Amino acid sequence: MNFTAPHIEYDLISPILVVLGVAVVGVLVEAAVPRVYRYWTQVVLAAVGVVGALGATVYVLNRIHPGSDHPKPGFLVAEGALAVDGPTLFIWVLILVLALLGVLLFAERQLEGGVTAFAGQAAALPGTEAEREASAQGLEHTEVFPLLMFAVSGMLMFPAANDLLTLFVALEVLSLPLYLLCGLARRRRLLSQEAALKYFMLGAFSSGFFVYGIALTYGYAGSMEFSKIAQAVASSSGSRALLLGGMGMLAVGLLFKVGAAPFHAWTPDVYQGAPTAVTGFMAAATKVAAFGALLRLFYVAFGGARWDWQPLMWGVAILTMVVGSVFALTQTDVKRLLAYSSVAHAGFILTGFLGARSLGEIHAGDINPVQAVLFYVTTYGLMTMAAFAIVTVVRDAGGEATHLSRWAGLGKESPLVAGIFAFLLLGMAGIPLTSGFTGKWAVFAAALSAGAWPVVIVAVLMSAVAAYFYVRVIVVMFFADPVGDGPSVAVPSVLTSSVIAVGAAATLVLGVVPGPLLDMLGRIAEFIR
Amino acid sequence: MSLVPSSLAALHSGAPVVHAASADGVFSLLWLVVALPALGAAVLLLGGRRTDRWGHWLGVGTVAVSFLLSLVLFFALVGRDSGDRQVSQHLWTWFTAGKYTVNLDLLYDQLSAVFLLLITGVGGIIHLYSVGYMEHDERRRRFFGYLNLFVASMLTLVLAADYVGVFLGWEGVGLASYLLIGFWQYKPSAAAAAKKAFVINRVGDIGLSLGSALIFVTFGSTSFAVVSANADKASSGTLTAIGLLLLLAACGKSAQFPLQTWLLDAMEGPTPVSALIHAATMVTAGVYLIVRSNFIFSLTEDARTGVVIVGCITLLMGAIIGCAKDDIKKALAGSTMSQIGYMILAAGLGPAGYALAIFHLLTHGFFKANMFLGAGSVMHGTNDDVNMRHYGALQKAMPVTFVTFAIGYLAIIGVPPFAGFWSKDRIIETAFADNFVVGLCALVGAGITAFYMTRLMLMTFVTEQRWEPDVHPHESPRVMTIPLIALAALSALGGFLILNGWITDWLAPVVGTHEEKSLAIGALGMSLVTLVVVAIGIAIAWTFFGRRAVPREAPTQVSVFTRAARAELYGDAFNEEVIVKPGYTGIRGLSVFDGSFVDGIAEGTASAFGGMSSWFRLAQNGFVRSYALAVLSGAALVLLALLAVNFS
Repeated sequence: MNFTAPHIEYDLISPILVVLGVAVVGVLVEAAVPRVYRYWTQVVLAAVGVVGALGATVYVLNRIHPGSDHPKPGFLVAEGALAVDGPTLFIWVLILVLALLGVLLFAERQLEGGVTAFAGQAAALPGTEAEREASAQGLEHTEVFPLLMFAVSGMLMFPAANDLLTLFVALEVLSLPLYLLCGLARRRRLLSQEAALKYFMLGAFSSGFFVYGIALTYGYAGSMEFSKIAQAVASSSGSRALLLGGMGMLAVGLLFKVGAAPFHAWTPDVYQGAPTAVTGFMAAATKVAAFGALLRLFYVAFGGARWDWQPLMWGVAILTMVVGSVFALTQTDVKRLLAYSSVAHAGFILTGFLGARSLGEIHAGDINPVQAVLFYVTTYGLMTMAAFAIVTVVRDAGGEATHLSRWAGLGKESPLVAGIFAFLLLGMAGIPLTSGFTGKWAVFAAALSAGAWPVVIVAVLMSAVAAYFYVRVIVVMFFADPVGDGPSVAVPSVLTSSVIAVGAAATLVLGVVPGPLLDMLGRIAEFIR
Repeated sequence: MSLVPSSLAALHSGAPVVHAASADGVFSLLWLVVALPALGAAVLLLGGRRTDRWGHWLGVGTVAVSFLLSLVLFFALVGRDSGDRQVSQHLWTWFTAGKYTVNLDLLYDQLSAVFLLLITGVGGIIHLYSVGYMEHDERRRRFFGYLNLFVASMLTLVLAADYVGVFLGWEGVGLASYLLIGFWQYKPSAAAAAKKAFVINRVGDIGLSLGSALIFVTFGSTSFAVVSANADKASSGTLTAIGLLLLLAACGKSAQFPLQTWLLDAMEGPTPVSALIHAATMVTAGVYLIVRSNFIFSLTEDARTGVVIVGCITLLMGAIIGCAKDDIKKALAGSTMSQIGYMILAAGLGPAGYALAIFHLLTHGFFKANMFLGAGSVMHGTNDDVNMRHYGALQKAMPVTFVTFAIGYLAIIGVPPFAGFWSKDRIIETAFADNFVVGLCALVGAGITAFYMTRLMLMTFVTEQRWEPDVHPHESPRVMTIPLIALAALSALGGFLILNGWITDWLAPVVGTHEEKSLAIGALGMSLVTLVVVAIGIAIAWTFFGRRAVPREAPTQVSVFTRAARAELYGDAFNEEVIVKPGYTGIRGLSVFDGSFVDGIAEGTASAFGGMSSWFRLAQNGFVRSYALAVLSGAALVLLALLAVNFS
């Protein structure tokens, strides 16, 4: 029996390999480098790795000529397991940028008085002598950087996966490190560990659905590959019940990851409990990767069964927007508020996702749904990252002051921080001249042209509801008197400041001149099949 | 008196098309003409107190250099072939929305060339005068910042190659006018006048924005080039609508009936402002707009009729108001209204009148700026008193002011060979050729003009002295009299622009040509008739004010006509009754509706959502088992939904 070695295009998947390589080296660093040097070694390694991966992505991007009017559609690599095309590359760039910002947030040491925001010794039980000792010694878990890199590599693979097995592997590679990271908070460790456990259990639960969906789909199509599944759908061979069951189960797994209702219940608890730097990264990058995967799976593999899944997704989108916006109204914790806001955003992105049409129906100059979704996740990711970065700097004696009442009067205490946060909130609410507005406009336009006007009506109404709770925070910050001593704004190092600056600048720039990015996305937003 | 140029007949008839070559050589400096005053304004307004010491000279300097540039450009344009005198300069793409693009382009042609000279020339002179006039004002630097802002905006207005660009300048001059009328904002009357000017101008601005929108809908573009090339393809109804909307815009900016009431109040501003903005330049923007849009107005008789009617009403109204005012600046303001009425009237006569409108605009710019600055000089010498009943016999105390003012006076009433004679006479002549009633209005207006100007002249400079003992009239400093002399020279000689038909020839490629109609009595006869009417006006004024003593207090026992004229023909009262009061009633109703109904709905919805949210929150109980159950039931729902959709 002959065994043919698979042909791997190493150059085209180099971004994933670079990140994975850095992660592995990071583990070795933990073993070999003395404790005093580890922090800097890890930070530099991670940053250099992400920047290197970005460089590699730019190299691959040049291979498909995104600047020209007719870019190459892309490449199927590693025997068809991964698809490197326009959407994949764009998501890679975005995730790597978010990862770089994540590295900066993770590396922040000034806010906690010289140590990172992660537990000194995760194995020490909260409240024990061992924990006190660990913090007295100033221990740090620098493993967070390799963990972050593993998660990033999974996120890079996730939207590129072109068969169900790779998709599943990527899902797990991105999820497992995140579960761990969630439990590593230095302060409020019980809450953090509870969050990690909840996230893990529910994640595992939903992965079960996902795997079962893979099995059913394989039973239907006789293949794991997206293109084969698409062929099977087109030829309507096999049992329809298998197809519907598989599609539904896969949808559950992915909708769980993006935090869509009714699979969102973990979001607020986990976002609140996890270290804020992790929350920011997770909220931004996971959603980007998961939406990339959702788009590819449902457009490429199940595109032919559009009429079967679209009604379901209408319902999910509407429910998600309503749940996210309405729940957020009565939240009193900033991190929970942002969590529900991210649920509502998932609903808005799903609205764009509903714009699926066959290629023939898309006219020149229309906003196509992939373009709209990618634009939205870009704006959302950068805004969210910056918003959570601001949460890390508003502090009192017990660490981050996340209760909304502690934010009263922040406008007087620190007009700059409060002003930027207000601007980001306005961006999330979708006020014109912020990127949020353009993003909303793009997804609504995409959904409308596919006839999903009922969803768009709900979306517009929910935008109004959402504006209420965003503006409520602004009112609290600027028009309420501080309670007691009032909040204080710790001065972060240049690391956190630059995350905030990049997020705010992107929100402004993409709001004022969205044209170039939208046009570029319009040219490359096409999946290869 | 016919000076019809023979070369006109050779040119094609119909509205000319804007088709400009791109700017090269010296014309590539065109943007600097606007940029310099804009830069001056930026430095003066943002630079703060640091610029106090030299700021006014920067203000004068930028406009002076702009003037020199305009001169260079003008001679470069003269040097070109007459068919090659349109130059456009593309600055940048302002914005793009779908298929609609607005470029920030400048268009330099024969029309904008004369405007550039007028704005920067007269503007420069008035800047210089203001150095002396505002010397004791501690906010002089800010004043010059506003003046520079005005000049930059006005230049934008006349150089823009697109209605949206015109709109930019239009709003800019409106803003500058507002700021300058209210410059002494500690005076409640000045603040109120500024507000009034702004609000009434908004009404006109609606005309310009709706007109531009209609132009866009009709032609798919707002650039002059596209609109002028396609104007004949639009339906006549649309063209008339556009024309009337632009007329509304012109009425607001140029203080024409029925939006005239703001101009008299605008005299609350410093006198150089009245001279520059409310006499020579900004208020003529409406005339510019109509003449610039000749490719529209030439095709719509109905809109032109509207223009002529507005012009006739305003020229008589302004003249009548001017007869009764004792405030020297308000009398001049009434006169401005009236003279712009002449220009509007001429512009409404179509291709026969466009060039004459611009010609009168130029000469009026000279002599009215001259007289306003003269009035400022008089006020300067009499402790800022504006009441002519407190003047008298000032010609001895202020010889330079008197002589220059007298030249302006001779120019405005139309005594040959001063500037106003050439321009107004031609308008009256052309009006008679068009329609007898219109001609008669213009002729009567000339008589009234002679009356009120003679009255003003007599009460101010001649008659017995009536000033208080503590007033010591004196001649103004050189920095103020030199501008007066320059403007007086222009008032005296400006009319010669029409010699040999130069101005009409020059503008013909922009505004088109026409068949000259001849009058039964001939042009010379017409001029003689006009002069006789003017003489009658002077004689009546002499009888009332020259031979009798002028009382220091205005008589109260006066005829109903005088009372009406003093009340500015009840323009304000009309607005108060017809617009303001019903407006307030409506607003009160809306406010009640908003408070009870709209707020009720809004607050009800808000509390409903709040309640829903509190209720929903119970589901978020923190137990992972509940969450897992939610995921499970969600999955079941998903599957059920899929099956229900497919197997139903």
